[in-house]
Amino acid sequence: MTSVAPQKSKSGFDFSNYSRNHFLDGKGLGGFTATSTGTTIVGLIYKDGIVLGADTRATEGPIVADKNCEKIHYISDNIRCCGAGTAADTEFVTALISSNMQLHALHTGRKPRVVTAMTMLKQRLFQYQGHIGAALVLGGYDATGPQLFTVAPHGSTDKLPYVTMGSGSLAAMAVFESGWHKDMEQKEAVDLVVAAISSGIFNDLGSGSNVDVCIIKKDSTEMLRNYVMPNERAKKEQKYGFAKGTTRFTKEHIYSMIQKEDVFEVGSTAPTPAPLPAAAAGAGGEETMDTS
Amino acid sequence: MNYLPGQTWSSQPAQHHHQFASASYNTDPSAHTSQPIVTGTSVIAIRFKDGVMMATDTLASYGSLARFMDIKRIEKVGENTILGASGDMSDWQYVQHTLDKLMLREQNENDGHILSPSQIYAYLARVMYNRRSKMDPIWNSFVLAGVDPKDGSPFLGYVDLLGTTYSASTIATGFGLHLAQPLLRKAVEGREDQIEEEEAKRILEECMKVLFYRDARSLNRFVIATVTKEGSKISEPYSVPTSWGFAEMLRGYGPQTQ
Repeated sequence: MTSVAPQKSKSGFDFSNYSRNHFLDGKGLGGFTATSTGTTIVGLIYKDGIVLGADTRATEGPIVADKNCEKIHYISDNIRCCGAGTAADTEFVTALISSNMQLHALHTGRKPRVVTAMTMLKQRLFQYQGHIGAALVLGGYDATGPQLFTVAPHGSTDKLPYVTMGSGSLAAMAVFESGWHKDMEQKEAVDLVVAAISSGIFNDLGSGSNVDVCIIKKDSTEMLRNYVMPNERAKKEQKYGFAKGTTRFTKEHIYSMIQKEDVFEVGSTAPTPAPLPAAAAGAGGEETMDTS
Repeated sequence: MNYLPGQTWSSQPAQHHHQFASASYNTDPSAHTSQPIVTGTSVIAIRFKDGVMMATDTLASYGSLARFMDIKRIEKVGENTILGASGDMSDWQYVQHTLDKLMLREQNENDGHILSPSQIYAYLARVMYNRRSKMDPIWNSFVLAGVDPKDGSPFLGYVDLLGTTYSASTIATGFGLHLAQPLLRKAVEGREDQIEEEEAKRILEECMKVLFYRDARSLNRFVIATVTKEGSKISEPYSVPTSWGFAEMLRGYGPQTQ
């Protein structure tokens, strides 16, 4: 007898939870919304172009999964995209659009434009109705000048001179609202971005670690990875290793786990082996390990 | 922005949290504030060199309607303490009445003692926690600020509908928690005893401006109250200049350029 169970789709999204969610909604227990998880990302337009900024913490619920991840993704040489939300979604969607942008540039024979990337991103995100949890800050300098957009998970876009996204967006936006003005100098702009990201790092638990900055100008893009590191681990005060003989033992078996192999190449083109130095590694060839 | 389980005056703040009574009718004959109706938004306060300073706007919202635009959300409690309230306005009026009765009773003793800010704070914190334990909260977040007349030491404390208390040199409630607190901390922390009154006023005005830009339930008409060793004073309502032309050159939300 053939199975009547519905086949799980081998590709694309699995919508089998739809009926469950619908049922829960009816009971008043639904309301699952797209979350903009632990991140502070910002972008602003200044006199000569765009400055993008991001923190470097990736969280898995209450745990810090990656202390120094990179949230400013490459779209093309003159366009970058900061991503907040589900890490896999931001990485894959920016990689896909970056690839498509390169093909598009080759097809049209022109340098890629920011609005193209924005349109590709928003069309894809809208198609998936918010299930792709990617909140992006897209910025670049193309033939039409500096452009800055935000793309929300449901596919809406905003065109603004200064933007923030992520859980630390309010802390960062407070700094922008009190500090941004038109035609800032580069140093001023970078300092403001660093202040905004730091505000997110220190006041939002979902953001942390270091500040990444990216400056995009007409003819150059500068990626300043770990531009500011306000959370360096303090130097250990002592050596905490245990002295030899701390643990008493009754028997001692020494197994040699190291396989030494001499590889000789034979033939007329084989290089002549260099003679080994007298003391290879420590006295008597003993392998040592630093246990401090 | 639904992610953070911070302050919200909605009656169903977060689905996965086990909250107080739902918005539906109560079968119990007693009255329980199950959702705030007329609400006030943020209160912000800082400690500075000569004392403490607090700011609130003068708006009481009825949901998304800007219903009462001339409400005092900061009041004096005796001569050395001020109390700022956010949250349900009817519960705020009840608390004002309760504290009035407290101060009157102290006055009637006529023994030369007056309640200091930290004492009033302790009383208020007990009242709040007690009501929360009866599942009938006073739906507010309060900021109590003052200067103890006996030794001139400043006091700044927070107490809310759950009875949570804490004390710091910068306090904010509501949206101020997310928008103003980062700015207040950066400006004040570490240099409380160097900030003059003028600078403190500027810091609070800057934060009220940012709150007006980004809080959809705020108003550009606010009050600043100061308490020093000499006593307390609450200013008249005033506004700060704002600029809304930052995106004049831009058109549309995407590729549109005209």
